[in-house]
Amino acid sequence: MRTIKAADIVPKVADMVRHASIHLPADVKRAFKDRMAAEDSPAAREIFRQLLENSDMAEATGLPLCQDCGLAVFFVDVGEDVVVQGSLKDAVTRGMVLGYQEGFLRKSSCDPMTRANTGDNTPAIIHFDFVPGDRIRIAFMAKGGGSENMSRVTMLSPAQGWEGIRRFVVERVAEAGPNPCPPIMLGVGVGGTFERAPILAKRALLRHLDERHPDPKIAALEDELLDAVNRLGIGPMGLGGQTTCLGVKIEMAPCHLASLPLAVNVQCHSIRHEEVVV
Amino acid sequence: MPEYKLRTPLTDADVAPLRAGDVVFITGTIYTARDAAHKRLMALIDEGQPLPFELAGSIVYYVGPSPAPPGRPIGAAGPTTSYRMDTYAPRLHALGQKASIGKGKRSDAVKAALREHTAVYFGATGGAGALLSKCITAARIIAFDDLGPEAIRELTVEDFPVLVINDSVGGELYAVPDRKAAGLE
Repeated sequence: MRTIKAADIVPKVADMVRHASIHLPADVKRAFKDRMAAEDSPAAREIFRQLLENSDMAEATGLPLCQDCGLAVFFVDVGEDVVVQGSLKDAVTRGMVLGYQEGFLRKSSCDPMTRANTGDNTPAIIHFDFVPGDRIRIAFMAKGGGSENMSRVTMLSPAQGWEGIRRFVVERVAEAGPNPCPPIMLGVGVGGTFERAPILAKRALLRHLDERHPDPKIAALEDELLDAVNRLGIGPMGLGGQTTCLGVKIEMAPCHLASLPLAVNVQCHSIRHEEVVV
Repeated sequence: MPEYKLRTPLTDADVAPLRAGDVVFITGTIYTARDAAHKRLMALIDEGQPLPFELAGSIVYYVGPSPAPPGRPIGAAGPTTSYRMDTYAPRLHALGQKASIGKGKRSDAVKAALREHTAVYFGATGGAGALLSKCITAARIIAFDDLGPEAIRELTVEDFPVLVINDSVGGELYAVPDRKAAGLE
């Protein structure tokens, strides 16, 4: 067994939260450049130019990429050979609070009824899991509200199969149009239960854009969805163009004989996530 | 596409020639308000109370900026999604608001209000909050301080870049999704 002090995790989480809110991942910047070169429309190219300039500006000034610094979503995979001294949940939360305070990040968490801001972006949304090994992997995602609002969960009938999945996903993007800040990324969760599907979808958004699904059959389905969604022609910021979506990532899990749960988690172009392994 | 440089407050003569797709650079004073602030503005209007800023000729920016770090007037300040303000916008246009700045689609009721009151809906680039903050030279909270990021701020802007999304004669810039090409029909 390996012992990890919860207190040692706090600064690591704080640094990760700050850094991820300012620096776009390399795969996202690469995708912006590639898609800017591929677009026929001057308006679409101009949006990509602004997004790249925005990324430069954030890195030069330390301002966050977007004023919506999101609710703080974490996936924490705890090695089964790890003993944590202190509270892991508190450590992740305290690191998040510190990162949002010191990084001058916007706190967007509020009471659902009174709408009063909680003031420190708490609670963090933390998904814990146990995995083999003696390490803890903490992945952070800054999840903005505009794209989250465009996300949906549905319980399809098994008879609807892949055709039903394809139609629901493409309809969702068509309906969302310019609202979620395209070019978007899609996390698609297929299977599990009513609550498992959206967690799969969210976790799918942690994959890098150039990361192929290890199962070639699922990778082919991802390609098919990406192609269909981009044929909508919504384009960057909804101004028209070939790039409505930068990537589709599907995660699947077995489900009940009677069900075909499906979740579509929409991610804006400000794809902010990082991870730290302790 | 034609480009315009406009100074606030806006008049009918400023707004009427604008067409969907035009690029506009705004200089002057604009006001921030999003979900919670709009709700409170409605309550003030219902009670016949004065509003925290002059609505006539105004531009309302749907934004909740991130906190200003030392040495800067404001943090990142890009637009939020506009449809959530659709319930409130027609009433504000009827009282003289000339434009809003946001991102995303508007309702038919808002588009009708734009036509009726010679007003316009501008889009700014969503997710470019760091970049857009460059055009904001001063910011101060003028109402609803307790709302934090949702408080109403008076922003001084210089050549703040926007696109006309919905104009005052029914024009719209957003692409219509090609459902047939995507295999939906």
